[in-house]
Amino acid sequence: MTSARTDGVIYAGLIAFGIVGPLLFPGYTNQIAIMWLMVLMASTWDVMGGQTGYNSLGNIAFFGIGMYASAVVQIALFYDVGEYTAAFGAIKVEFTDAQYFTGLALGLGLAGVIAAIVSVLVGLCVFGLRGPYFAIGTLGVAVAMAELISGWNYVGGGGGISMPVFPGEAGASSLAFYAMFFVLAIVAHLFLRWLYSTQFGLALNAIRDDEDKAEAMGLHTLRYKLIAWAIAAFFMGIAGAVFGNMIGFIEPLEVAFPTTTFGIFMVAMALLGGKGTLWGPVLGAILFHVVKELTWTYLLDWQWVALGAIIVVNIVYFQQGILGWAQDRWPAAFGLKVDEGGDDATPAGAREAAE
Amino acid sequence: MTNIIEVRGVSKAYGGVHANTDISIDVPAGKITGLIGPNGSGKTTLFNSIVGYHPIDTGSIKFEGREISRLRVPQIARLGMLRTFQQTRIYSKMNCLDNMQISVSHREESLGSMFALRDRGEIIDRAERLLEFVGLYAKRRLISGDLSFGQQKLLEFAMALMNQPKVLLLDEPTAGINPTLINGLIDRLKRANQELGVTLFVIEHNMRVIMNLAEQISCLAHGQLLATGSPDEIQNDQRVIDAYLGAH
Repeated sequence: MTSARTDGVIYAGLIAFGIVGPLLFPGYTNQIAIMWLMVLMASTWDVMGGQTGYNSLGNIAFFGIGMYASAVVQIALFYDVGEYTAAFGAIKVEFTDAQYFTGLALGLGLAGVIAAIVSVLVGLCVFGLRGPYFAIGTLGVAVAMAELISGWNYVGGGGGISMPVFPGEAGASSLAFYAMFFVLAIVAHLFLRWLYSTQFGLALNAIRDDEDKAEAMGLHTLRYKLIAWAIAAFFMGIAGAVFGNMIGFIEPLEVAFPTTTFGIFMVAMALLGGKGTLWGPVLGAILFHVVKELTWTYLLDWQWVALGAIIVVNIVYFQQGILGWAQDRWPAAFGLKVDEGGDDATPAGAREAAE
Repeated sequence: MTNIIEVRGVSKAYGGVHANTDISIDVPAGKITGLIGPNGSGKTTLFNSIVGYHPIDTGSIKFEGREISRLRVPQIARLGMLRTFQQTRIYSKMNCLDNMQISVSHREESLGSMFALRDRGEIIDRAERLLEFVGLYAKRRLISGDLSFGQQKLLEFAMALMNQPKVLLLDEPTAGINPTLINGLIDRLKRANQELGVTLFVIEHNMRVIMNLAEQISCLAHGQLLATGSPDEIQNDQRVIDAYLGAH
């Protein structure tokens, strides 16, 4: 997986599928769009969960915050939000094409920024917690966010908000949102790929391996954790905004803050594929989503049992996930060295200096 | 001769246990200073106090003339004072080169240095040279957790040097290392001190090592400072012999 050639083949395959998929299977456009969303969720969860060793159960909060932030921005640009939500969609509000797309563009951007800002504020409170305490603390944050939004009438409370309707035909709208998820997943993946190749990526791994040692070496550990979480939150915020627009109607418990579905899925997918690796969460997300959709279609009533069985087998027998297991089994294929046989005895720098 | 660390009247108690009582020690800049004493005499507690692991009860600790007893561990580390651990601590799931690269100094951190691509430039050159210095160059791509205990100690030492500290506090650097490697380690500690100009402050139980290494030694017993002096003075000090060295 580490060789440039294998990477190239995988990228070409994924991008080709991303472009051709919805054209070949138009009936499954939304399902494939959700698959990219799953890839995005698992990959961004892994920034904290896998690379930094902070297992967050609350990343879904940023998804919901982005969704609501975008909704408010899209409406507030042209109408009074309080009046709009008080009508519960009874008033049909018309947005012109120009209004819709300006609102959408601004909404998506601000969704990411606001989610990132919230993640920093939350992070300042929860990064004092470690291990299971951090997991439970962040889960609490996600649940609390859902409750807060439910009780806030300005944004529709538990009744939710009907989103502005995408102009044009139904087919065009699902293709448009499909494209957004596809591009977002690719951009996030390439960004993380770059991030993990920098000193920043090493700092995250150092915090994962021994945070006390990292502090003893002078690392600004809190700064690294805040930035890492803000990166995840930024992408989650935009993803939430796109999802809200795609669904067309948002409400706090099932759509914006689904802690027991998407919130858990993103963790399960990253663990399944192999946390702490670039490709593990991608592999896990695709596999998990395909199995989920297949069991929904062919094993109805047993779908949760099937997903539960996957998680149990994963946790009991393959804790390092598929990719982690493969790396342990065939380290050479992943460019990992197990012994030093036949290595140069002196570093290149020293040889030059000696000559 | 200036003192880079000045410990004055430091006391630290855990509940009713007085781990350190009224301890004063100077660490001269550019030298190697030793700290000895029986198990439980408060050596590691004193190290922990100096590097900011816990607040001290009374007293003052100065680093380069600046009071540091209220600073926290990472802040003190960024001033240029590092410690290694009795139980070796490395980033065990990363390879040796990555361990070295993330150990650069964080004194002046910019966006450019935070997001600099790894495996290139001055950092990797220095990492490779230091790994060669401790004899781990051939193992640079191995996962550090797979190294032997002795090799992990050498890696931890190299990581500390990578940080370019002014002072390095070493907590039992030779514990658990096989006797043939110990001579090599003493040699490297001396070279780090002389060639790289790093002041060393060393806790050590191996008398042959510490007498050979240090120019000045302090001995603790029961949380109190027993004596300070040259290796010869310490070896012949009756109180130190009674409390620690024993009759030969």
